[in-house]
Amino acid sequence: MIELENVSYTYGGGELLSNVSLQLQPGSFHFLTGPSGAGKTTLLKLCYGALLPTSGRLSAFEQDIAGLDRDQMALLRRRIGVVHQDCQFLDHMTLAENVALPLMVSGRAEPAQREDLSELLNWVGLGARLDSHPPELSGGERQRAALARAVILSPDVVLADEPTGNVDWDMSQRLLRLLVELNRMGKTVLIATHDLSLIRAAKSQVQARVLRISQRQIQLAGADL
Amino acid sequence: MSNGNIRSLLRQDKRADRVVPPTGYTAHLTLFVSGAMAFLAVFAMALSLASGRLADRWATELAGAATLRINAPAEQLAAQTQAALEVLGQTPGVASARALTAEEQAALLSPWFGPDVPLDTLPVPQLIEIIEGEPGLDAVGLRLRLGAEVPGAVLDDHTRWREPLVDAAMSLRRLGWVSILLIGGATAAMITLAANASLAANAQIIEVLRLVGARDSFIARAFVRRFTYRAFFGAMVGMLLGMFGVLLLPEATDEGGFLTGLGFQGAGWLWPVLIPVLGAAVAFFATWTAASRKLKELS
Repeated sequence: MIELENVSYTYGGGELLSNVSLQLQPGSFHFLTGPSGAGKTTLLKLCYGALLPTSGRLSAFEQDIAGLDRDQMALLRRRIGVVHQDCQFLDHMTLAENVALPLMVSGRAEPAQREDLSELLNWVGLGARLDSHPPELSGGERQRAALARAVILSPDVVLADEPTGNVDWDMSQRLLRLLVELNRMGKTVLIATHDLSLIRAAKSQVQARVLRISQRQIQLAGADL
Repeated sequence: MSNGNIRSLLRQDKRADRVVPPTGYTAHLTLFVSGAMAFLAVFAMALSLASGRLADRWATELAGAATLRINAPAEQLAAQTQAALEVLGQTPGVASARALTAEEQAALLSPWFGPDVPLDTLPVPQLIEIIEGEPGLDAVGLRLRLGAEVPGAVLDDHTRWREPLVDAAMSLRRLGWVSILLIGGATAAMITLAANASLAANAQIIEVLRLVGARDSFIARAFVRRFTYRAFFGAMVGMLLGMFGVLLLPEATDEGGFLTGLGFQGAGWLWPVLIPVLGAAVAFFATWTAASRKLKELS
């Protein structure tokens, strides 16, 4: 589904990732861990084409990402849902409009979808905040809204970058349960986090591989949880 | 720029429009610039059309006429006038010729000497108005014959001062159109600057849109639509104010001369309607070019 073969990434003269190889199989669940600045976010950005590798081969859905033009890249991103730690939204639009943004840009937005949208926001516990604006939301609500936006097009892959970075323990468990639920629906999930307690908590819920970035390379951190 | 892009621009999608924040100084700048430029364009257009009318009028009214002036001592004036009329009556290309009456000559002189000019005490030459007919007047041949038969006759076929006047009017007309082109160019430049500023200020929005799978054409269209509608609306207001200003100008009168004829006549009032359409077209192409360039830079 997403495959990195000896991928290196250099920025500003320094190598952030060196000869990294990784395969995200359909329906798999991965944690990516490592200290801050190790390159977790860089690896995620490579996976959805926001960055291009300096060397090596990166393919997604059997397409070489380096060979895609900007339109093809946009189509690729519709198949990969991304949840960022900082959860960027369009502050002048309501939560419902923000979550429906992927539908709008892909030309699939229809007025009748408001019920579906409401159902999705209920799933993430934001059914009552449909008409709120992003600045009115708490950190946890923003994370859940970002997750709803990431999955509204029913992508094959969900990438989450420190999804529990700004929320309390209860909220992080709630987000984890949502991501596990997505995995049970057949989505491939990759969560970048430095929060080992989150990984431990996932042990009872899902079969996950834990990968660790260290010294610009990726290693399997231990046995399956 | 494909027809599809233009079609999708015209097919308004209010939800897609909403991705661009509705406020900001670029919105006010675009509205103000297009309004002010449309206002100026109405006057440039009025100047150009009035100059064109003037050039046509001078060219047609004066081209078919000539004046014969008889400078002779008072006791010979009537005889020479009669002789000149006889010569003119026999000249091919002269449709009609008549001596102006004393009242008509006084009316011609009154703008300079006042209404009570005592013509009978002044050595005023007699004027004969000649209307040309087919096959046209041979001015050189007529001058030779008059020189032999009417020594005090001087033929003026208006060529000497008609051409510079028509040239001047034509130059004014060209100046009006050049002004409209410059106004269009300045509008395009200002809207390009505003669009660039808006795109730079909304880099985060562009990032979010790309993250959720928006194509660059979608992002560009959202900005282009906003700027095109703003430019159209601003130009519409500017055009209406400009036309109101033209309406307030004094009506054309003989006494007022050229300045009072500055305005639109008949179907000419429809010309300014094109200004908002052209303003929107200028904004469309300027914003599309700016957006395409900026999105390439940001990728």
